[in-house]
Amino acid sequence: MPKKYQTPLLDELEKGPFPSFVTEIKKAAAKNDMAADELGLLEKSYKTKRGYWKHGGIVGVRGYGGGVIGRYSSLAEEFPNVANFHTVRINSTSAFFYTSKFLNEMCDIWDKYGSGLTNLHGSTGDLVLLGTNTENLEPIFAEFSSRGWDLGGSGSAMRTPSCCVGPARCEWSNIDTLEINYAVTQEFQDEMHRPAFPYKFKFKTAGCAVDCIASIARADCSIIGTWKGKISVDQKEVAAYAKNGMNITEEIVNMCPSQCMSYDGKELKIDDANCVRCMHCIAKMTKALKGTGEKGATILIGSKAPFVIGATLSHVIVPFMKMEAPYDELKDLVRKMWEWWDEHGKNRERIGELIIRRGMREFLEFIGIDPIPQHVKEPRRDPFYFWTEADLQKK
Amino acid sequence: MEKEEVKKKIYALIEKSVGKKKLKSSDIQKTISAEAGVTRDEVKAALKDLVDEGALIYTYFGGSFVEIPPKQ
Repeated sequence: MPKKYQTPLLDELEKGPFPSFVTEIKKAAAKNDMAADELGLLEKSYKTKRGYWKHGGIVGVRGYGGGVIGRYSSLAEEFPNVANFHTVRINSTSAFFYTSKFLNEMCDIWDKYGSGLTNLHGSTGDLVLLGTNTENLEPIFAEFSSRGWDLGGSGSAMRTPSCCVGPARCEWSNIDTLEINYAVTQEFQDEMHRPAFPYKFKFKTAGCAVDCIASIARADCSIIGTWKGKISVDQKEVAAYAKNGMNITEEIVNMCPSQCMSYDGKELKIDDANCVRCMHCIAKMTKALKGTGEKGATILIGSKAPFVIGATLSHVIVPFMKMEAPYDELKDLVRKMWEWWDEHGKNRERIGELIIRRGMREFLEFIGIDPIPQHVKEPRRDPFYFWTEADLQKK
Repeated sequence: MEKEEVKKKIYALIEKSVGKKKLKSSDIQKTISAEAGVTRDEVKAALKDLVDEGALIYTYFGGSFVEIPPKQ
């Protein structure tokens, strides 16, 4: 029978309308010693306002440099069952489609070898198993790998790629996000399991610019579906939206970032040459508007959460890339970007930070892409492109 | 150069740096490829073998490093 701790401070987090992680830990703690001690240690942390976890160190499974995040408690004597409380990352499926058979098996394995606590899914996109000890790591890996599963990424490596639900359930997807995600995962296995980068590198693939997966803010390399043709307009449906109370001028036309739309109360017109394909109008008027023509993706680079510098959004590198298997153009581009980052990146420097430090000019030259207007992030404020002496002499 | 030779060079480099500097995989690739005149891919393959054999391990201390495992 697991030890029961009094948790008056954590109990406060069960009040209110939202689901509570405390309630879930308590459920696991009723039958699992590790979860019980985790609850006790957490209550102590809240009481003393101190953290007792050390992260990293020497832990993993043989041959792998990622997938296991070592966590050690400094209160091993007081809470012996969480002296080691390592996290295991399992490479998730594209768009998180699982069978109930797998989920049952996963829970059984985790009840047997770990705390029973899971996180589906972590912000990286992995299926995260929270809390096991060092001896159980190899058996857990054996259980999962024998069923065809693999560890995810961690450390200075390519992290487990993730994608939006894409064409599996969304008619607006311009690319097969699931297949791209799978192809990237398979192609860069070495980069995911054997950390060799200056720091982490994340891929996220979104089917359109609505970007449900927030790839533009969370991925070093964002792959966002787009289209080349015009936006088709069904004027009858436009009229129906207006009749149903939509203020088309306020909600659609005035919200267009490039102001390429007009509406005279009868007809909605789009100047497609000036459309930046943000998807705002299409997402608002799904029955009336649709992107047409060739489909592909915009490739962006460099977003990340705050660390060395503040949070950054991804920056357009390739405005349109055709996305067809085996995605060689994407793979070659990524390898070039990594080569430059590997050559110049400092320890714990993300690729976006390196671009800011050394300049977009050098980055573009190295990867072999000519500067184009789409690279300008903020007109008149963008510091990314500078003329060299040689360029000036040409004039 | 034979793969076994490259493996020996990698191990020697890491052994020499023990207690002084933790080496990243990319540091090893750069150093050995320059020293031994082999490609970085060849160094990577040799490093992979050493890790698979258990002669070296990956560690994480605010970044991923390659080290000799501690003696039991």
